Amino acid sequence: MALPNKPKGELLAVVDPEIVEMDVDALIIGGGMAACGTAFEIKKWAPEDLKILLVDKASLERSGAVAQGLSAINTYVGENPIKDYVKMVRNDLMGVIREDLVYDCGRHVDESVKLFEEWGLPVWKKDADGENIDGAKPAQTLREGGTPVRTGKWQIMINGESYKCIVAEPAATALGADNILERVFIVKMLLDKNKPNQIAGAAGFSVRENKVYVIKCKTAVVACGGAVNIFRPRSTGEGKGRAWYPVWNAGSTYTLAAQVGATLTMMENRFTPSRFKDGYGPVGAWFLLFKAKVSNGLGEFYAGGDAAQEELNKFMPYGASPVTPTCLRNHLMLNELKAGRGPIYMATDVALNAFLEDRKAAGMDEKSLKKFWKHLESEAWEDFLDMSVGQAGLWAGMNVEPEKIGSEIMPTEPYMLGSHSGCCGIWCSGPDEDWVPDIANDSRAHKYKWGYNRMTTVDGLFTAGDGVGASGHKFSSGSHAEGRIVAKQMVKYCRDVDFTPELQQTAQEIADEIYAPVRRYHEFVGASTAEDVNPNYCKPAGLMMRLMKATDEYGGGVATYYMTSGKLLQICMDLLEMLREDSEKMAAGDLHELLRCWENYHRIWCVESHIRHILFREESRYPGFYYRSDFPTCDDDNWKCFVNSTFDVESKEWKCEKVEMVNIIETEPWL
Amino acid sequence: MPSYVDPEKCDGCKGGDKTACMYICPNDLMVLNVETMKAYNQEPDACWECYSCVKICPQGSVFVRGYDDFVPMGGQVHPMRSSDSIMWTVKFRNGNMKRFKFPIRTTAEGAANAYVGEKGGNLDDEFLLLESELPTP
Repeated sequence: MALPNKPKGELLAVVDPEIVEMDVDALIIGGGMAACGTAFEIKKWAPEDLKILLVDKASLERSGAVAQGLSAINTYVGENPIKDYVKMVRNDLMGVIREDLVYDCGRHVDESVKLFEEWGLPVWKKDADGENIDGAKPAQTLREGGTPVRTGKWQIMINGESYKCIVAEPAATALGADNILERVFIVKMLLDKNKPNQIAGAAGFSVRENKVYVIKCKTAVVACGGAVNIFRPRSTGEGKGRAWYPVWNAGSTYTLAAQVGATLTMMENRFTPSRFKDGYGPVGAWFLLFKAKVSNGLGEFYAGGDAAQEELNKFMPYGASPVTPTCLRNHLMLNELKAGRGPIYMATDVALNAFLEDRKAAGMDEKSLKKFWKHLESEAWEDFLDMSVGQAGLWAGMNVEPEKIGSEIMPTEPYMLGSHSGCCGIWCSGPDEDWVPDIANDSRAHKYKWGYNRMTTVDGLFTAGDGVGASGHKFSSGSHAEGRIVAKQMVKYCRDVDFTPELQQTAQEIADEIYAPVRRYHEFVGASTAEDVNPNYCKPAGLMMRLMKATDEYGGGVATYYMTSGKLLQICMDLLEMLREDSEKMAAGDLHELLRCWENYHRIWCVESHIRHILFREESRYPGFYYRSDFPTCDDDNWKCFVNSTFDVESKEWKCEKVEMVNIIETEPWL
Repeated sequence: MPSYVDPEKCDGCKGGDKTACMYICPNDLMVLNVETMKAYNQEPDACWECYSCVKICPQGSVFVRGYDDFVPMGGQVHPMRSSDSIMWTVKFRNGNMKRFKFPIRTTAEGAANAYVGEKGGNLDDEFLLLESELPTP
């Protein structure tokens, strides 16, 4: 049959891939900041004969959320007490966090930052006159006591275009090229045949060759970032690639762990950042470094007004902080937008010119003023060029020069993550220390520690970065530190356990499952003259749009200003159930499409957990991120607790439960 | 703002051991057509505009044009990346130009100390390599 339809990609998929079986002790899945932390640290603790393998779906040099670069490191504790870091995180995340995990991150994070600088990352410094100098100028290092340029209390500025390349290099050197597998997408974790609740391996496929990898291991860390393209984005054409979080993060971390029975926590949490409209350029430096303010369409700086204060008073103690929690900042903005008082503008022009006026008033001469202005302008543009070039491109296309005109701010579509100003993720053991609460309960889903720091409730399965739930505000540096923590624990686990992994399925059975979309494609492609339109299969691109439409309209996306309800959520769950059934009908003609199929499987599981948790938590914990119209208040009396959920691998049923939240840092004073 | 390839400049990296843009793209977008020996972006609406392909291309053949669903035409942002700095040229729709140069790295490529051969102390405490004190709450 000579039909015009044919697979689109350059690397066509065949029905029978080669199967590669491997056997290692410790498996690192992911290639971002957390995985690089593990890769760097693990050999420092491992005996010579421990076999370690890192598997990344991209290439280590530019994979993960920091691929593009960053203009700041958002967590550097430095001179601050660690307990203040914990207090900041718990207030920003509306009171419900694992303080043990956050404290632990806070005490390890600075060492990662000092290593980054030593490896070659340029860190801005203050010179003797208190002026900012860029990170390549001679100055004392952080380790030597140099003063970084603080924006907020916790952030320091960097020249971070090559941040990820710099962090990846020693990670790769430490592991050795032979122990790194790039362009292999791990799609499922595998449990042991004999030892219950024990991780025994993982399986995936190459996006370069028709090969399925079945890898046995005694311990694994899953660190594959958060979830993007799970809600319909504001830009649905070409611009849907311009996601705020990296568009390749498909919720794999949460799904891989949940499917083997790892307990999830706070999956109701999401992050809906307010960013420069469409380009999604960062606002942090504008708020913190340049002290810019936002105004509504009437020109009012609404966030400082009495009405805003009155609104914040409804969310005590959280609303009392001098730094308003991120969700409540959104909440105030949404109130303006919903009342028709948009658009929201950031007065970048006012902010930059205020600096200039200050210098003029202080008597700076013309020549110095000119130089100062040039430097300031450069700092402002670098913020985008380091980490969100698209925003610079949008400004170039719109003829926007930020020193002359402000720019519109808009809350984005929702994302799921655990390392930024969000805290969904996997329930993990805290460090094996006396100060970590010892909860009397047989179930790990209620305990705070079970021997191995950052181990999930599944034996041998660890996570880090976006994966570790209820402990946000790690950002790039904290994720790296967490990866290093995990490295040591994985080695300890290998030392302690005595078992030989054996898989429940044969390698061929696993390969059949992974390549099912390719088989379906070849079986049915002839049933239509158009390769994307076929009654027997659906393509991943269409399925993703269907997923995003369902969550957007019923799960509190931008379509409803983040409003949902029990009734709407139930409809969303029903749609997702059918979507999950139909996901088994996805078809892939080439390896790139097979990648997209499996990313979609991961997205569906992940967002289903999100909706399930929102449905279970009968309150609105994060106003500004999402609202339940049927339970519109933040209800500390009944819901100041974790929500944990566990998928039973035998019965295939989910169990959601409330889990006690214990403070280990003083609550008086709260901040 | 998807990346695109200038066919006049792209040589398919035929002299190298790998196709640079295809090697680096974090989202598996850049591919080589082996018949034409030219690379292209196979899924422009999944492009994060991270510029990894633009920065790595040895021929300078990869560029970015603004997302067609919200960026007016005519502007362009293009980098030249060396081993220690990056130079950006921002061309506005109205023809204005700005140039910025930023440092990117203070050490030579390959010089980051991986502490190969260094070993940690006690596997049963919480100290990591190089750490000598660990506070408690």
